[in-house]
Amino acid sequence: MRRYAVRQLVQLVVVVVGISMLAFGILHVIGDPVLLLLPQNAGKEEYERYTKLLGLDKPVYVQYWKFASRAVQGDFGKSWYTDTPAFKLVLERMPPTLYLTTAGLVCALLIALPLGIVAALKRHSFVDNLCTMAAVAGQAMPIFWLGIMLIIIFAVRLRVLPASGYGTWQHFLMPAFTLGAFLAPITMRLVRSGVIEIMNMDYIRTARAKGFAERTVVSKHAFRNACIPVITVLGLQFGQLLGGAIVTETVFAWPGVATLVVDSIRNQDFPVVQCAVVLLALIIVAVNFVVDMIVGLIDPRIRIAA
Amino acid sequence: MTAVGAGEVAFEARPAAPAPPAAHRLALRRLWRFKWGVAASAVLLLIVASAVFAPLLAPYSPNTVDIQHRLGPPAWMEGGTWEHVLGTDQVGRDLLSRMIYGGRVSLLIGVAAVLISSTIGVLLGLVAGYFSARIDWTIMTIINVMLTFPFVLLALAVIAVLGPSLVNMVIVIGVADWPLYARVIRAETQALREREFVLAGRALGMSHARILFRQILPNLVSVIVVIATLQVARVIILESFLSFLGLGVQPPTAAWGNMLGEGRVYMLNSWWIAAFPGLAIFVTTLTINLMGNALRDWLDPHMKV
Repeated sequence: MRRYAVRQLVQLVVVVVGISMLAFGILHVIGDPVLLLLPQNAGKEEYERYTKLLGLDKPVYVQYWKFASRAVQGDFGKSWYTDTPAFKLVLERMPPTLYLTTAGLVCALLIALPLGIVAALKRHSFVDNLCTMAAVAGQAMPIFWLGIMLIIIFAVRLRVLPASGYGTWQHFLMPAFTLGAFLAPITMRLVRSGVIEIMNMDYIRTARAKGFAERTVVSKHAFRNACIPVITVLGLQFGQLLGGAIVTETVFAWPGVATLVVDSIRNQDFPVVQCAVVLLALIIVAVNFVVDMIVGLIDPRIRIAA
Repeated sequence: MTAVGAGEVAFEARPAAPAPPAAHRLALRRLWRFKWGVAASAVLLLIVASAVFAPLLAPYSPNTVDIQHRLGPPAWMEGGTWEHVLGTDQVGRDLLSRMIYGGRVSLLIGVAAVLISSTIGVLLGLVAGYFSARIDWTIMTIINVMLTFPFVLLALAVIAVLGPSLVNMVIVIGVADWPLYARVIRAETQALREREFVLAGRALGMSHARILFRQILPNLVSVIVVIATLQVARVIILESFLSFLGLGVQPPTAAWGNMLGEGRVYMLNSWWIAAFPGLAIFVTTLTINLMGNALRDWLDPHMKV
């Protein structure tokens, strides 16, 4: 286990360094921060003065080192728009995003687990076909449209739920369902194929031969083992889930990191965008690491194969 | 010379088989297995045709403003007219015409971005799968870093620097979406690298480029086609989302995403402005996905895509 953990940890460090390079590169290689910062009518002298001021006349690796060593201390520079530290701005917006992500995950599992298990146990039945069709349709659904349709139906027509905002549990219902509907199809398919695979295993036949009730076989023997691929993939899908949360936030005006990023893009406030991108990516990497550890603990085959 | 082919002997020795079903019935049965894929392809063909022939089909120009008939409801609702079947938007532009023209933008971006990303992804995947462990490790690390980022976040970050426009969006999506191809192609290439025909090619002294492009790549065409098809749908959704936020295709150009974004403001009284463009995105991506799935099952049911 220790070797496995060290290995994953090394990989984690490499990915984190890669992410910091990517975040740095987007601003400094693709774009030109001075051009973004200066007004349109600025002259050549001012351009050069600012280049020197920001240290952009130094070699790229020196600039990257400066960026990275500051970022480690949580210093991503000040927001160009509000003159407060970008790190503080992003951190303040983090909780709503994490709550939404968790609520969406719970919602997806509430939809996907029962449907996936039923579909697997009653293969090729009417229910199974219906679930498959729903999953195909769900994967093609643009969730920002789904969110807007929900608002039109439940907020504008029926007037039972708030259209947007944050605060009470009613505010959570539509965003959580929208995000859940985004993740549910793929999760359901995984649960289904996981359960099908396991129901054909020898130990299931043994359990049945011992005379256990079918319910015990499914809940104790099959489901627990089917959890492993589901946990793995949910960990890998966490990035997608966060991507979905970004989309959901903008539809429901949810006061999380994503709305902050979109507003900052409109204001050309790059330090905030950069900081948000790095922090969100770090969360994803951390979650992936934890998931790898959990899976390695549950299933010795995985840590040996790695 | 009295050489008799082994095949002939075997043929004579074979017991009489039951008469095979007529060729056309076999073809029909096969087509029936893919009924969803075939139906979806037909619908998709209609969508593509309407986009291509937009100037002939659209009843109005997509940008003709008619402020007197603004926010007109669809024909079947009270106050709607058959002159504007799906109603009009906030400045009186015909919604149906804008949707037909909007399809051009979405499909064009989808195909263009997929061409870019599949080219990058296939090249890097081939190289990673074929060459030494060090090159493989480098490319795989890049892939892992890119896959850690949510696609949307990466696109937003780059758009923030480059500024929103149609061309920038194609570049961003094209450059951000390659790791998926690279990962699959790498695994396939690794499996093919040790096969006899590749070893034989190497023994004959073929160059690496020739082995990669003439021997390995042709075996991967069906995988690439299937991924690329499914990715067109994903790209269309992403493009629509960026345009919906106002960070993609800029108004007044009609695109499904920015129509949806503009319609959001009027959803209290005029739901159709937001509803129909979204429906167009949904139907298009659904038919592309169904076609892609059928294509996969038809080409190779065991494909891991």
